[in-house]
Amino acid sequence: MAILLNEKSKIIVQGITGREGSFHTRKMIEYGTNVVGGVTPGKGGEWFDGKPIFDTVEKAVEATGANVSLIAVPAPFAPDAIFEAVNAGIDLIVCLTEFIPVQEMMRAYRHVKNSSSRLIGPNCPGLLAPGIANVGIMPGYIAKPGNVGVVSKSGTLTYEVVFALTEAGMGQTTCVGIGGDPIIGSSFVDILQLFEDDPQTEKVAILGEIGGRAEIDAAEFIKANMTKPVAAFIAGASAPEGTRMGHAGAIVEGGQGTAAEKIAALREAGVRVADNPEQIPQLLK
Amino acid sequence: MNLHEYQSKSRFAGYGIPVPQGKVATTPDEAYAIAQELGGTVVIKSQVLVGGRGKAGGVKLAKSADEARARAEEILGMSIKGHIVHKVLVDPASSIAHEIYLGITNDRAAAQPVLMASSEGGVEIEEVNRTNPKAIIREHIDPLMGLFSYQIVKVALGIDLPRDQWRAFSKIVQGLYQCFVENDAALAEINPLVITADGKLIALDGKMSIDDSALARHPDLAAMRDTESEPEAETQAREAGISYVKLNGQIGCMVNGAGLAMTTMDMTKLYGEEYGIGPANFLDIGGGAKAEQVSAALRIILSDPNVKAVLFNIFGGITRGDEVARGIIEAYDEVKPSVPMIIRLQGTNAEEGRAILDSADIPNLRTAATLTEAAQKAVEAAKGAM
Repeated sequence: MAILLNEKSKIIVQGITGREGSFHTRKMIEYGTNVVGGVTPGKGGEWFDGKPIFDTVEKAVEATGANVSLIAVPAPFAPDAIFEAVNAGIDLIVCLTEFIPVQEMMRAYRHVKNSSSRLIGPNCPGLLAPGIANVGIMPGYIAKPGNVGVVSKSGTLTYEVVFALTEAGMGQTTCVGIGGDPIIGSSFVDILQLFEDDPQTEKVAILGEIGGRAEIDAAEFIKANMTKPVAAFIAGASAPEGTRMGHAGAIVEGGQGTAAEKIAALREAGVRVADNPEQIPQLLK
Repeated sequence: MNLHEYQSKSRFAGYGIPVPQGKVATTPDEAYAIAQELGGTVVIKSQVLVGGRGKAGGVKLAKSADEARARAEEILGMSIKGHIVHKVLVDPASSIAHEIYLGITNDRAAAQPVLMASSEGGVEIEEVNRTNPKAIIREHIDPLMGLFSYQIVKVALGIDLPRDQWRAFSKIVQGLYQCFVENDAALAEINPLVITADGKLIALDGKMSIDDSALARHPDLAAMRDTESEPEAETQAREAGISYVKLNGQIGCMVNGAGLAMTTMDMTKLYGEEYGIGPANFLDIGGGAKAEQVSAALRIILSDPNVKAVLFNIFGGITRGDEVARGIIEAYDEVKPSVPMIIRLQGTNAEEGRAILDSADIPNLRTAATLTEAAQKAVEAAKGAM
């Protein structure tokens, strides 16, 4: 069992005929993911590699019973796509898109919170449930089924750690990229709760970075609620204050959000914190 | 992206917020002419994107046009915390009875904008937050519903604003919120918002920061970028679609993905700190980078004379190892760097990439299998070159 996804998940891709959408849809299908169709306004009735294309998410849901949507459209269209997926009753929305303006995202976030949908991302690599489904852009071969849950703010850093786990013979239940933006649909705490409740997940790795206080909230949650061992790595210990490090969310402001304070909070909560992400497998042995 | 004071105040004015009727000068003579036109006492304010201008001597009063020219002469060209003053704002001086702080910013934790006000204006809000946090009134704004009038009343009450100012204050707050939303601001701040001796409210100083992700849909704001005060390498990187921040170490880093880029920096520091070695830069070539971007990135890294070794850490996903390898060879042929280069390729098409690099037979290029090995080799190489 994985969290968020299972063998019955029916996945559509919003933006299936776009540059990113088409490339990654093929990879997802290759992986064995149950992609049931896609959405591109104006192309309803056409086909993409044997999957039906719809004009709207609503039509796609009616025809296929889709309950998961991967959003792979450029930033100017992404907030609209999130609203559409919510209003069509999609349970799980995964938004890959980078560079969505913060205020737009706050409105979309609010709409998601007022609904029963769950949002992962934006600006995230998506979800990979090894052996079950790949909903996003993570390279499938780096993972294998197992009992470690991985949750991360970053894309390629996730690959790094998942690959190290796999090389060390430790498979994963689910790898979740929550995204590096200031406003994201699901927090570390949301995902940690799911891992804690998932009987298959025995250990958890959390990969954070400087900026904001999501890792501090995670530390408090772990201390109060988690029974499973957790290892962590926080990126950006060498980053100077006041400079944004690529991710819109990765900035230390007014002395808040430093790697040092996050590491201290996590250690205080009993988390094994690595100073090199390649140490994570050892810390979880 | 931060806007200058004069740019911010001119935006505010467009939303009905009263601001002083000043103008910008780039020469002492222009400052003279503006002061002449305004008449009376003026204030000459350096336009730099850094706080603490007043303390640094970058804001001065002038009682006449001649004095305005003299003060502008002093301020233009001065360096404030490393920022050279190229422009001054010449504003008419105001008689200040009281100073208020008013600002709107994005509250990341609450995922909503927050309106902040304080009766202790004129000092940095961070300072008020340290010394007297209760003096700051905070009111969250639902981004779907907008700002309600009753919220403004709450804030006015909270800062003990005299009732005869409420109407004017309400207009200013509504204008500021509209300005914040329509310009995709990350911050819109009036500090101080002044009550003048004759009982008028006026935005004496203003600051706006625009969400970088929104600049594409605000070409007018994007055009306001002050590239004069930006390091050349960062301008080049931005134009090439690369995210680059110069740091002070010796190991140039080229990585795909922001989180992994920070991690790679951290690793050079972890293994290099005891020898005084660390990262020379943050550099994320982004997802799906092509050979041209890789070669542009290498040229940018090597433009920093402190760089003694270059570390490539590429974990392919969208980015393909063979593209990166071709970019490295292209850049090598062009730049012929003499510094040692360490490359670690993993993920999509990594094997093809390694094969391409092997056949190119670059003498100062070495490979590494893991991030740890790559960082250690880069530290060794930098040590050898120092």
